Amino acid sequence: MSDATNTPLLEVRGLTKHFPVGGRGILGRAAKVLRAVDGIDFDLERGQCLGLVGESGCGKSTVARTVIGLHPATSGSVRLAGAELMTLTRRKWLPYRRRIQMIFQDPYASLDPRQTVASILTEPARIHKLHRPKERKLRAMELLEAVGLNPRHINRYPHEFSGGQRQRIGIARALALEPDILICDEPVSALDVSIQAQIINLLGELKERFDLAYLFIAHDLAVVRHISDSVAVMYLGRIVELATRDTIFSAPRHPYTQALLSAVPVPDPIEERARERIVLRGDVPSPLDPPPGCAFEPRCHRVDEVPGGHCRGERPEAVEIAGEGGHLSACHLTSAEAEPS
Amino acid sequence: MALLDVRDLSVRFDTFHGTVRAVDHVSFTLEESETLALVGESGSGKSVTNLAMMGLVPQPPGVIESGEVLFDGRDLLRLSPRELQRLRGKEISMIFQDPMTSLNPLLTVGEQLSEVLEVHLGLSRKEARLRCASAIGDVGIPDPESRLAQYPHELSGGMRQRVMIAMALLCDPRILIADEPTTALDVTIQAQILDLLTELQHQHGTAIILITHDLGVVAGQSDRVHVMYAGRLVETADVRDLYRAPLHPYTQGLLASVPRIGDSGEGSLHSIPGQPPDLASLPAGCAFAARCERAQPECGREVPPLVATNLEVTGGARFVACPLTIASAGSAR
Repeated sequence: MSDATNTPLLEVRGLTKHFPVGGRGILGRAAKVLRAVDGIDFDLERGQCLGLVGESGCGKSTVARTVIGLHPATSGSVRLAGAELMTLTRRKWLPYRRRIQMIFQDPYASLDPRQTVASILTEPARIHKLHRPKERKLRAMELLEAVGLNPRHINRYPHEFSGGQRQRIGIARALALEPDILICDEPVSALDVSIQAQIINLLGELKERFDLAYLFIAHDLAVVRHISDSVAVMYLGRIVELATRDTIFSAPRHPYTQALLSAVPVPDPIEERARERIVLRGDVPSPLDPPPGCAFEPRCHRVDEVPGGHCRGERPEAVEIAGEGGHLSACHLTSAEAEPS
Repeated sequence: MALLDVRDLSVRFDTFHGTVRAVDHVSFTLEESETLALVGESGSGKSVTNLAMMGLVPQPPGVIESGEVLFDGRDLLRLSPRELQRLRGKEISMIFQDPMTSLNPLLTVGEQLSEVLEVHLGLSRKEARLRCASAIGDVGIPDPESRLAQYPHELSGGMRQRVMIAMALLCDPRILIADEPTTALDVTIQAQILDLLTELQHQHGTAIILITHDLGVVAGQSDRVHVMYAGRLVETADVRDLYRAPLHPYTQGLLASVPRIGDSGEGSLHSIPGQPPDLASLPAGCAFAARCERAQPECGREVPPLVATNLEVTGGARFVACPLTIASAGSAR
């Protein structure tokens, strides 16, 4: 691969995924369009973890599925070490898919109950024709060891393992092809707190050991803070704020990020009761019929700070905040500060 | 006298895999207008405890082995199904985790809400309808009249949970059992629902049993906390005492495992080694011993009883089921 030093490992530009919804009219056009992902840009560097956060329906899982080619993108570009993926045919995808693997949320649904662990862990190598058949099982045992499971359990079936152990099997399967990037879609949200901590620590260790890049999708901001190097916040199909981890958590600029952080309960009774929370009005608008201006405007607690109904009329573009190393925020308040008129 | 007094409740399920001890000699009391939290991980018995209290454990396979649940001088476990039906939804209400599966998809919101009033209070359909509209307004749903004509699928998750809460509070119950009421919701909606519960509790003086695994929610909402592990209560304390100085090794491990949004995020998280035990073949002695850093040989001998301590600071008795903790703190009462 020709990794130029300035090419990011994964480069996503203008990624858009629209789903047609409802019956088709006489001209064959869909009645409505659900804008699940609506123009997303981000980079992912080797050895880095980008956290993608947002509430249900904001499009974060669709981003993952589109990047890995499970959904064809409506438009936009995804480049892996400079090579464009979105125009590839199914067959040409195969070598690239080896380099991007995925871990799913539900460790019960994502493992085939009729396959043994050995079969689950050697299948990726069989499909990609890696290693000699005899070596595959040995390699599978190494993988089990790497994720903290007993290699002697290789002939067991998924139902013989607990939820946390199954998630480890899912991680071992994702590592089988020695990928560069792991897409983790809510990898710990189905697990209990004590098990969740084990899996987060494991993911952290594996990232160091194999120099992996993670696209880590989660709704739990405390988990994201723990594992990410930078964080992108999504709302209704768009990234509204993107910054390094410490900036997002200590100096968030977008009102939605501020509200989201403030809504997370703090496990300390004295602090939790003393602090002021921003409680948002209403619900997330439907992605079938998004508001014309800023998508967050109907719920925003700072909408009064922008003069002249600007928020309702015009969609704010992401603006870089000077002197904060690539901190982007898509809000008219940020735009006003960036270019005082 | 306590509003609700649960004494020595034990529930088992007879399954093909053997006898599952879901709830094992659990006792606690609930006082007027307090919020009591039952905390534990999946399979710890927190939901089954409450289902058993309300006569909602299917029998068979469930068996209520022992215990009494005293409410108003009556033992709920000895009531006939008809007597229980009169109580549920009127004196004691429940809200569940998933508002989609606990609302009837075939009935409009108005129909399901007015049914409660018609059954329990004998109101006419017209009177019930009026009361429902105001109840829906009280939980912060805009335009209540038109919402009454809608079906559950037409509402968002947060709205459905509000409808569930409105329904649970229609008859002004004395106890509200909230089983993971915000687990299925996004954090910004969770914040709205928790604020609503607090406000309604202030207005009506309802006592709440909050069942949850989320230690952040517990910290903000509850007065007293009961920690469950493998069907048993392992620690009971005032919420401030518990978070300031947890006593049981499991509680300590659990609190240390929670990633906190205020942390720097550096370093690895504390985690409890191993897996929760299989409830069908519980070890002799302390169920947590296999995962406990401080375990001693004697921990495997007998089930440690829940013992009162004098370690409370902010008030309310503290109990812990770990002889080692008590020995090291030197404070059994």
